[in-house]
Amino acid sequence: MTDRRDLEQNPVVLRLRAWDTRAVAEVLSFRGELTIVVPRERWRRTAEFLWGDPELQFTFLCDITGVDRFPIEPRFELNYHLVSLARRDRLRLKMRVSEKDPIVESVTPVWPTANWHEREIFDLFGVRFEGHPELERILMPEDWEGYPLRKDYPVEGYR
Amino acid sequence: MTTTVDTVTGARRTMVLNMGPQHPSTHGVLRILLELDGETVVKAQPEIGYLHTGIEKNCEAKTYAQAITLTDRLDYLAPLSNNLCYCLAVEKLLGLEVPKRAQYIRVLLTELTRIGSHLVWLGTHAIDLGAMSVFLYCFREREEILKIFELVSGQRMMTSYFRIGGLALEPPPGWLDRVERFLNMFPSRIQEYEDLLTQNRIWLARTKGIGYLSAEDALALGASGPLLRGSGMAYDVRKFFPYSSYQEFEFDVPTRTEGDCYARYLVRVAEMRESLKIIRQAMAKIPTAEGPTRSLAPGIVPPEREEMKTEMEALIYHFKIFTEGFSPPPGEVFQTIESPRGELGFYVASDGSPKPWRVKVRAPSFVNLQALPKLVEGRLLADVIACIGTIDIILGEVDR
Repeated sequence: MTDRRDLEQNPVVLRLRAWDTRAVAEVLSFRGELTIVVPRERWRRTAEFLWGDPELQFTFLCDITGVDRFPIEPRFELNYHLVSLARRDRLRLKMRVSEKDPIVESVTPVWPTANWHEREIFDLFGVRFEGHPELERILMPEDWEGYPLRKDYPVEGYR
Repeated sequence: MTTTVDTVTGARRTMVLNMGPQHPSTHGVLRILLELDGETVVKAQPEIGYLHTGIEKNCEAKTYAQAITLTDRLDYLAPLSNNLCYCLAVEKLLGLEVPKRAQYIRVLLTELTRIGSHLVWLGTHAIDLGAMSVFLYCFREREEILKIFELVSGQRMMTSYFRIGGLALEPPPGWLDRVERFLNMFPSRIQEYEDLLTQNRIWLARTKGIGYLSAEDALALGASGPLLRGSGMAYDVRKFFPYSSYQEFEFDVPTRTEGDCYARYLVRVAEMRESLKIIRQAMAKIPTAEGPTRSLAPGIVPPEREEMKTEMEALIYHFKIFTEGFSPPPGEVFQTIESPRGELGFYVASDGSPKPWRVKVRAPSFVNLQALPKLVEGRLLADVIACIGTIDIILGEVDR
């Protein structure tokens, strides 16, 4: 386990905090992977900063993973896996979203690759993305009911 | 681009063509809605999900070891790459170190997988564009690779050979001679494909300048693998974030700046040659590398058969592993590797129970397919076939 003070001294964390004191909610580290928990508010602004800042240059969005932590509330987690090709660095951004208000700003304008990732999360978890160009189901049929990757959805489906 | 306008009503005259999901050159069950103006594609919209089998959901209902068999079925042309990525992710979650010997064997076999996968790509891409003989030659060589897989794992395709902590079993004696034979034969075979295609005028006409993707667009769309490197970005996970001892191997990352189908063809052919270089180096390292092919981790890695029959503790561990599995500490990891198609990633989260809380696959084909509209819009209908081929999608991985 890395020391808490070391985590706070991480250049990415410092840079984010210097830009906006409220940009970082929590810093986690597990097996050498850095995770920064960011608040859901002003997420698009944070994404734009991460993409455009010359010291960070997170220009490559590798993946967005949705996780359902049911029955913990806020139950949904969105994990954005970013890569900075210029600095050869990886970062995970985590955002927590409640079931009552599952709406997050879309980052498709920042990283166009987010389009299908966000559609997939909407399809399988039911989290909505504000400002997404075409938020429709992508893997499941259009008329499907329910969100299969939620933990309260049975593995064998409803019969 | 000028759109045909109806002389009477003044409206744009386009038609919608439904390509797939049962079309032979969509490489599986891909469906594309094409809006056409004459023969020109105005808009292309890939519709996916026909092969969605819920692999990620299924992983949550299996133990960590059982889930390996599901990873084979994602990218069914490169099962060993999927095995490797999933095992690396779980090993990272456990904090488990794998012996060097197993790491080198993993490198050797995944590079063979890369060649095998590129051969299927080359063969099917060529047959889509009308070159029948290349297809037959490619499958002839791929057969040799599959025989090597069968020799080590007992299976040609769904190998499940890499396990958490190492390999399923020690490769049989003499298997390296078989690899050696392949290495001696294959360089001249690559030359044969190149003789048939690289300067072929039909091939050039069908691929050169077709399906252009700029480096900025490729990066923005999250493209990886040959699709990104054909546009001039030298991003290769093996070099940027080495895993399984790739930092000890010397190889180049082929890139081209043209960004068209022909460039991606050249990148993949060059990659096969680089893979041969890596395999040569791995072959030199394997016999001298110390240690077994599994890490010493009782309770996680099953004991050897011999131990199980002579030691009571080994027997207990064996029983525990196969009845309830093992429980990694709570946490989450994300591991990526360079699969034949691009950056393959596994996100694995544990809640401290013997079953993964969440397994997410970052499938390179899924992400790369997003680039298809960029490649084909404004081009001719016939080029759509070339563009689907050049992305090298595997629907098992796209739809999961």
